[in-house]
Parts: sequence; C-alpha cells; structure tokens
Amino acid sequence: MSSVAQKSGFGATLWDWLTTVDHKKIGILYLLGGLFFFVLGGIEAMIIRLQLIVPNNDLVTAGLFNDLITMHGTTMIFLAAMPILFGFMNAIVPLQIGARDVAFPFINSLGFWMFVFGGLFLNISWFFGEVPDAGWTSYASLSLHSPGHGVDFYAIGLQIAGGGTLMAGINFLVTIINMRAPGMTYMRMPLFTWTTFVASAMILFAFPPLTIGLFFLTFDRMFSGNFFDHTMGGNTIIWEHIFWIFGHPEVYILILPAFGIFSEIFATFSRKRLFGYTAMVFATVLIGFLGFMVWAHHMFTVGLGPTANAIFAVATMAIAVPTGVKIFNWLLTIWGGSIKVTTPMLYALGFIPSFVMGGVTGVMQGAAPLDYQLHDSYFIVAHFHYVIVGGVVLAIFAGLHYWWPKMFGTMLSEGLGKITFVFFFIGFHLTFLIQHWLGFWGMPRRVWTFMDGQGWNMPNFISTIGALLMAIGFIVMVINIIITTVKNKRVGDDPWGDGRTLEWAIPSPPPFYNFPATPLVRGLDTLWIEKMEGSKEMITPAEPITDIHMPNGSIIPMLMSLGLFIAGFGAMFQQEASWGLPVLIFGLAFTFVMMSARSLKDDLGFYVTKEQILQDLKNKGGRD
Amino acid sequence: MDLNTKFTPETWPAHPEKATLEAKNKFVGFWLFLGGETILFATLFATYMALKNKGPSGFGFTTQELYTLPLVFVMTMLLLTSSLTSVYAMYHLKSYNFKKMQLWLAITAFLGLGFLMLEVYEFSHYVHLGFTFSNSAFSSAFYTLVGTHGFHVAIGLVWITLLIFRNAKRGLNLYNATKYYTFSLYWHFIDVVWVFIFTVVYLMGVIG
Repeated sequence: MSSVAQKSGFGATLWDWLTTVDHKKIGILYLLGGLFFFVLGGIEAMIIRLQLIVPNNDLVTAGLFNDLITMHGTTMIFLAAMPILFGFMNAIVPLQIGARDVAFPFINSLGFWMFVFGGLFLNISWFFGEVPDAGWTSYASLSLHSPGHGVDFYAIGLQIAGGGTLMAGINFLVTIINMRAPGMTYMRMPLFTWTTFVASAMILFAFPPLTIGLFFLTFDRMFSGNFFDHTMGGNTIIWEHIFWIFGHPEVYILILPAFGIFSEIFATFSRKRLFGYTAMVFATVLIGFLGFMVWAHHMFTVGLGPTANAIFAVATMAIAVPTGVKIFNWLLTIWGGSIKVTTPMLYALGFIPSFVMGGVTGVMQGAAPLDYQLHDSYFIVAHFHYVIVGGVVLAIFAGLHYWWPKMFGTMLSEGLGKITFVFFFIGFHLTFLIQHWLGFWGMPRRVWTFMDGQGWNMPNFISTIGALLMAIGFIVMVINIIITTVKNKRVGDDPWGDGRTLEWAIPSPPPFYNFPATPLVRGLDTLWIEKMEGSKEMITPAEPITDIHMPNGSIIPMLMSLGLFIAGFGAMFQQEASWGLPVLIFGLAFTFVMMSARSLKDDLGFYVTKEQILQDLKNKGGRD
Repeated sequence: MDLNTKFTPETWPAHPEKATLEAKNKFVGFWLFLGGETILFATLFATYMALKNKGPSGFGFTTQELYTLPLVFVMTMLLLTSSLTSVYAMYHLKSYNFKKMQLWLAITAFLGLGFLMLEVYEFSHYVHLGFTFSNSAFSSAFYTLVGTHGFHVAIGLVWITLLIFRNAKRGLNLYNATKYYTFSLYWHFIDVVWVFIFTVVYLMGVIG
C-alpha cells in the first residue's frame, strides 16, 4: 500500500502486512487473528465437553480442567469475539461513513499488534505448563493463591491486549465524530456504525477499570502489594467490583455491534428500510448507558445487602426494555418485506428466538432472590452462552458471510453456508438448552467431573453431542472459506444486489483510498436512494477528484507491542530470577524509545495523484 | 500538509491546534483519552478510600500521623503555578510567538520537575518511616494512586522536553501546534487530578 513502485515476492508482501495502516487490511488481520483464537478457544471447549460426556471421566486432570475453562472463557471474550468484531468495524465503518481511513491509522495498527502480542502472551502459558486457572473472572480469593505463573500470564496478557482495545475504541469514536462524509449526519448513519460508536464509547469508560484491576492483581502477585489480601488489610471484594464494572459493559460491547450487523442484514434482505430507525438508535444509546448501571447483579450473593441488590435488580430488568424495542423493530422490518433467505439472513432469523431466550433467562437472574438459587449453576452457563453464542457468534458468522465479498472480493458458497448454519444452530441449542435444566437439577458450573446416579448423565451426553455438531458446522465453514479463496471468483460492487449503504457503492475489495471522490450522502440508506432514482454512478460526489492524502505504513506499532511483550516476561520472572528486572526495564524502555521515535520524526504521509485515481477508475477499481 | 508554509501573526489561524483534519482528530481523540484517564483515576480513588488506614493487625500508620500538610501545600502551589504558566504558553501559541511559548513551557517543565522532586522526597521519607509499598493495603493503595499521578507528571516532563528540543530550530507550524496544545490539555488534567488528590488524600486524611 504505497504510491511508490510495487515490489512483489513473499518478503515484500509480509513487510506490507506487518507495516500496514490501511483500515481494510487491519480489518482482515483482526479477522484472521480473531479466527485463530476462536479455533483455540473452540478446541478448549470441545475438550471440556468431552471430559463431561460421561460421569467420573478422567480424560483430563482436575487441574487441566481449570486451565481449560479459564482459557476458554478468556480467549473467547478477549481474543476471539472482540477482535473479530473489530475486524468488521475496521473494514466496514469507514466505508459506511464515506471516509478514506480511520482517524488514527498508526494507532489502529498499534491496537491490532497489542491484541496479537497480548493474546500470544496469554497463550504461551500453555508451553510453560503454568496456565491461568482461576476462571475468566479471576476472583482475587482464587487468583492470589494460584501457584506458579498461570495467573501472571492472565494479568499481563490481558493488560497488553486491553490497552490495544482502548486505543481501538478511541480511534473509532474520533473516526465517527470527525470523518463522516458531507451529508452523513448522525441520524443518517447506518446502524452498524451507530452500534460501533456506542460500543466504542463503552470501551472508553469500561477498559480503564480493567487496566487498574489488572495492575492491582499484578502488584499483589508479583510486586508484593496488598490490595486483595485481607490479612494485610486488603479487600477481595474490590476486585469483584472493579472486574464487573468492566465486565458487564464488556458484554454490551460485544452484543451491540452484533445488533448492528443484524440490523444491516434485516434491512438488506427484507429490502425495506429498517423499521423504527430512530427508536433503534435511541435503544442502542440507552443500552450503552444502562450497561454501566448493573454490574453488581453478578454479585447478588456476595452480601451487599437487600437495598443494593434491589437497585441493581431493577436496573437489570430495565435493560430488557430497550432490548425488547430492538427485537420488535427487527420483526417489523421483516414484516411485509420482500424477504430473501440468504445465509446471513438465515443467521439473523435464527438469532431472534435464540437471543430472546438468552434475554429472558437474563431477566430471571436479574430477580435477586431467584439468583440465589441459580448462582454458580449450569443455568448461568446456559444463559450466557445463549446471549453470546446465540447473539455474538451468530452475528459474527452472519457478518462473515455478509461482508466477505466486500472484504475479499469473492463470495462464500451459499450452499455450504446454509449447511454450516443448520449444523451450528441445531448443535448450539442441543448443547445449551439442556444446561438450563442441568442447573435446575443442581449441577454446579466449573466442576471437573460428576458422579453417576444424579440424573446428570443423559443431559451432559446430549450437551456434548451438540458441541460436536457445532464443531462440524465450523469445519464446514472453514472448508467453505478455503474453497472460495482457491476458486477466487471475483464479484462486483454490490454482489448481494440489495446493498443499501455506502460500502456497496464501491468495488469489492475497494481501492486503498476507498472513494475516488468523497461521496455526498443524501439520506439514510443513501445507496438505496441512488438506486431508486436510477442513477448510473451510484454515488453523488461531494467534491471533484483531486490528489488524496494517505498515511505511510510503519513497523513501529509492531515493535512497540513487542517491547511490552518482552517487558511482561521481565515483570513475571523478576520474582525468582535476577534477569527479570533488567528485562522489564529494557522492554518498557524499548517501547518508549520506539514511541519517541514516532513522535520526533515527522510523518506527513503521501499523496495519491489525480492521474492515478483516474487511471484506476478507467481500469474499474482493483486493489493495488 | 506542508511544513514549509510560513505564517505571520496575521495569517496564523485563530485555532491552530485544530486547523487541519489530522489536528482535529488529535484534538478530539485526546479529549476522549482524558475521559478514559478520568475513569482510571476514579477507580484508583475509590480503591484508596476503601483501603485507607487498613493494614495487618497491629498496623500503626494512620493518615493523621503520616501526612504533613506544609510540604504538600508547596507541591500544590508548584503544580498549580505550572498550570498557569502553560496557559501563558498557549496564549503565545495562539498569537504565534514561538520564543515566548517555548520560554513559558520551559518554566512549566521546571515547576513540574520541582513538584516531582518533592514527591520523591515525600515518598522516600515515608519509606524511611517504614511505610513501604508492601507494608499494608493502605500503603499499596496510597503509593499506587499518588504514584500513578507522579508517573503522569514524569511522562509529561519527558514529553514537553522532547517537544521543546525537537522544535527549537524550526518554530511553529500547524503540525506541531497540535502537539503543544494537547500537551497543555494533559498538563491541566494532571493538575485537576492533583487537586482531587490534595483534597481526598491529604486534606481529608489530616482533618477527616
């Protein structure tokens, strides 16, 4: 990605991807990175389910089982779901608002590399044989007493990855505030852009508490701090508060972009304007706000007292209202539409009942007295998998099919896509529906194995079979991706034929500068307006074609993240080895020197000339 | 953006810190970053308040005995004054007076350095008394809250020093104006956090 002469060959391509600041390429990198960790987390899930397939099983040891549940949760939330959603946000949001890139391309790249190195740091624990084992919530009363370096990997790995997330959040906020094309008012923004906006604002306010909580944990475990140790005057509940002040908004950070993806898909394949657009926007903002008001509903059984429990119970149930508004708006979007049941639409249709079930069980747990019964049982496991798999993962798969042509220029097979859906959807309900009853029948979550004769055998067996079906569905999808990539059959600007938003008005994949001329947005679903008016060009330009200013690539983001990665090992081993402290200081200093180098050297970017753009237009787009 | 564009005080824009799209992005982005920093410090404050005076059984330190207000008052004056001098610097930034801006920023940095040295003295004094980081929950929370603020001051000092020397020979342009301006935003933010530390930690510690 540069205006200078293109070199080819493996080395040049690798260098290009390591240094890229192009939001579309970073989107693809996020997607690949996220899918890699999704596979890791999925393998962990399969081992968990295989361990529980029969009573008194000893496929894995109890200690390894704790490692598996901890890493499954942590990996799926931080390293799979969020990065994949970031992939879509990166690839699509600038196109939807008519921008040439994100506001901070360099920071965008930095955020990505911090996610990669944070994720690697966390997972390298497997090679050390000392894996985080205190659960994805790492409650201090467990994590302080976890032997070895397991929880250290958790604390530092998430610290690095979390920093990247915070940067990505700020980046999207500024991009959406400052870089909308002329005419793209806030109330004309596509829903996916809106949900990205609100989710990014939530990241901005939710991640700093996580940063601090992880620092406390790091200090307590590695630098003899006393935040959570009650024998030294500390308080273990502080971790729970801080973690959930981050953790509850986090689940909305995941689900809001998922809502956005489905809103796009429903409107596109019902070939109808999204019903109640204004109410949808309002509901999104309201969910974002209320998401910060409910964290203590994870702590009903801690003993905060009836007043606190009552307040948080009411606030929790209040969130069901804007969520219900969204569900009804989606239903009314479909109603009377000219529906096309494509693979993305199939996921969207499957999402509504699945997510509603997860929502209803959420309200059940919001009732504090009932939560005393449900707490720490398989009912909880069933509930959050219904919202996260039934909401976020279905959205990720839907988005993958929906935007694949825009990101890669090829179309995933519809036939294989539908097979994936059938396996995954049936497998999902088979796995998790029965777990509600398992919870009612008394099976606690996070248990390594269970004894015979409690009536848990058949439900656990069914659950494991469901998990296998999900795995088959995912494998079909991987095969689909491979076949599609090998075939490499190129598609046009609007391969679904019903695109409504700006990203479908430019080539697939778009040229690296996105829009030859900044578009003029004439209303909600601006491309649809152009189509209805029968315009040939699909975009009304807001300016004549001129030279375009673009940012330079840089290797510094990767090096900065590498410095933090090295520093992490130093922090961890300074307890027992004398080389630890120097390595910690070296890593931090390396990062800081790289950052200063970036700051001191002027980087003004380069210009794409008007001649080149006109040439590209003549050749009809095409990536560099 | 062309760095060689020569300005005069007359042609210099009224808001040089946000005169280009890149500058506007940095301006908005930095404000949002400070929003996140606010939550970060809020978490530290909440933890400090929960763990204040808490230690192992037989723990001897209390806020009343530990803190000495005169020293903290001098530190407060240094930091508040440095905020004022950074305002003068921004005044000269807007009126395109590079030399005076650099001068006032240098004064800002010296005042900040004075503050930081007094803080180092304060900490070493406490450690000397036996109030170390690992001594109790109270000490961990105290050093983390006040230390995080001190760390921010140190980062700010390195930042402004680099800016002053990097641009010493070439004067103001629309590229570095944003950098100077965001520094001053950062410096004010640090100052506001200190006002809260002074109130919540020291005043409420000695009086409360």
